[in-house]
Amino acid sequence: MTTDVEKPPQRNGNHIKHKLIPSKLVSPPSGPQGPYRLPKNQHFRDHRRFGFSNIMLVLVILFLFAPLFVVITYSFNAAKGMRWTGLSLEWYKKLFFDSNELWRAFGNSIMIAFSSALVATMLGSLAAIGIKWYRFKARAYIQIASFLPMVLPEVIIGISMLIFFSAIKVQLGMFTIFAAHTTFNIPFVFLLVSARLDEFDFSIIEAARDLGATERQALFKVVIPSIMPGIVTSMLMSVTMSLEDFVITFFVSGPGSTTLPLYVYSMIRYGVSPVINSLSLVLILGIMILALTLRRFLKTIAASS
Amino acid sequence: MKGFDVTVKDVSRAYGSFKALDDVSIEIHKGEFFSLLGPSGCGKTTLLRIIAGFDSPDVGTVLLDGKDILPLPPDRRQVNTVFQNYALFPHLSVYENVAFPLRLKKIQPTKLDTKVREYLHLVQLDAHIDKKPSMLSGGQKQRVAIARALINEPNVLLLDEPLSALDAKLRQNLLVELDHLHDQIGITFIYVTHDQSEALSVSDRIAVMNQGKVLQVGTPYEIYESPATDFVARFIGETNLFPATVLSCNPYKEEYIVSLDIPELGTSIMVTDYDPLQVGQKVSFTIRPEKIKITTDEPRRVGKDINLFSGIVEEPIYSGFQSKYYVSLSNGTVLKIIQQHNNYMDDGPDIAWKDNVFVSWSAEDGYIVEVVDS
Repeated sequence: MTTDVEKPPQRNGNHIKHKLIPSKLVSPPSGPQGPYRLPKNQHFRDHRRFGFSNIMLVLVILFLFAPLFVVITYSFNAAKGMRWTGLSLEWYKKLFFDSNELWRAFGNSIMIAFSSALVATMLGSLAAIGIKWYRFKARAYIQIASFLPMVLPEVIIGISMLIFFSAIKVQLGMFTIFAAHTTFNIPFVFLLVSARLDEFDFSIIEAARDLGATERQALFKVVIPSIMPGIVTSMLMSVTMSLEDFVITFFVSGPGSTTLPLYVYSMIRYGVSPVINSLSLVLILGIMILALTLRRFLKTIAASS
Repeated sequence: MKGFDVTVKDVSRAYGSFKALDDVSIEIHKGEFFSLLGPSGCGKTTLLRIIAGFDSPDVGTVLLDGKDILPLPPDRRQVNTVFQNYALFPHLSVYENVAFPLRLKKIQPTKLDTKVREYLHLVQLDAHIDKKPSMLSGGQKQRVAIARALINEPNVLLLDEPLSALDAKLRQNLLVELDHLHDQIGITFIYVTHDQSEALSVSDRIAVMNQGKVLQVGTPYEIYESPATDFVARFIGETNLFPATVLSCNPYKEEYIVSLDIPELGTSIMVTDYDPLQVGQKVSFTIRPEKIKITTDEPRRVGKDINLFSGIVEEPIYSGFQSKYYVSLSNGTVLKIIQQHNNYMDDGPDIAWKDNVFVSWSAEDGYIVEVVDS
């Protein structure tokens, strides 16, 4: 900035040429502590120990977890009934060494859960991509119809599947359970992947094509990798829903294809066995470990996308 | 000159009853920086998408280096596009985004690495190679998109409003960089924009479009200084535009001097024109605000080719390098006048609100433009 060339004062003396002020003098003073920040927690209201929200928090947690606590406590009960007679690991011993049937059912459940989740994820994801990618007449109808299995009561789906399988003369068993689970999982996958696709910028498909990718290359190298978090999430959802399903499975299972929920149900029919209590704790621990690992896994996926 | 020439011949494209392109023909030369300029909905993006292969015309042909490219899918055309919203692959790093086209071609890894680094260097992104697109600023994203589009060594680069999502200052910088890139690489650039100042500043030639039609093709100078229609005059830069009727038309120097009756100015004015006009013909008259002189003292009349009016300053707008005045004439018509401040405080008298002023312009500075009903 060269303002040194002094000019004679302008006419009337109205216009005075200001010397430029060095900018650091003009900028607002900032202390050594940097920009002003709110003191910690100032933006929250004061928390009293017995405030309304704290009481609600405790009540809700009690409401959610009290039944589980009862089950866990009684899994360590020595006696069979509801009377507390002393601490014992007997039911755990029974669960691990004397429950072949139960573990077979558990194996069935796992097999069906993962296979049906895998197939449902593939079909549901492709359906979601196809419906977003192409414009065709039946598009809207397919979208609506795909939500039907979600809103229909499970009993109805179970009965209709049973009727369907007997009509086409398929023997009830592992395969029919697998087929049924795949069917009811597809809408959930479709919904989750569609949601992911809604925020997906379809011009990147054009970009891929523009850069020399064929339609298939654009699908496998661009579309599927960028919605991977959605696909993984929906697969996990499917596994969970398949594992816990009782009603539909009840209708379409056959001899030798008992899943864990079915087996547990059959156990209670002859009186509640405390083995179920110990199984509950084992399942809770297993699921917690699984959830924590998956969370870390999902975080790394999310971070990489 | 590298690059290919692009010929668009009689192209029309309608969406239902909406005519996005109406019989458009343009010839774009090899190595040219060519801009398609127009308001949104004028069909410029549709034309670009047709050249890129994302859309196809109802009728017409598009030739690239003399060969019809319409039957080819986008991945087999030797053109690449820079998208308005960047369209980067979110799951890939900057490096992998740029490497994408080469990976598709299965290029040898060492060759690929050198080339990717070369192009990232070209757009000054060496420091951000491993970042994900979500970690980049808008300007950096667009640089990645440019490097990615160029690495295939296309013969034509299509740019679809590449700077519209950036802030004004960054836009200026990137625009200059694009111009440098164009000089360095030498391929044909086709640049779509609605921003006339962008188009004027970097283009070799501009096609001004409106409502699916090309109104004028020319150099920025031609477009600004001799607009073909009233729309072009209004769209490019600021102007004062009035409907007018030809009163007389006589040879003058090597041109014609035309007397125009302009009801809005309440009188007739003189203007020169290259072509003879019919007496009684309806035309539009335009004068750019910076070509009008504004003075507080009555200027000495020099010849009959000076048009002089007096008026009152309704709105002086000072913006540092220039001042803009809205001057209302005695009959209420408002003229826009821009005065550049070339010297410190030496630009004549200071003109303030409600001052009585004289405005004048030479007959050679006004233009007669064709009226196109729109």
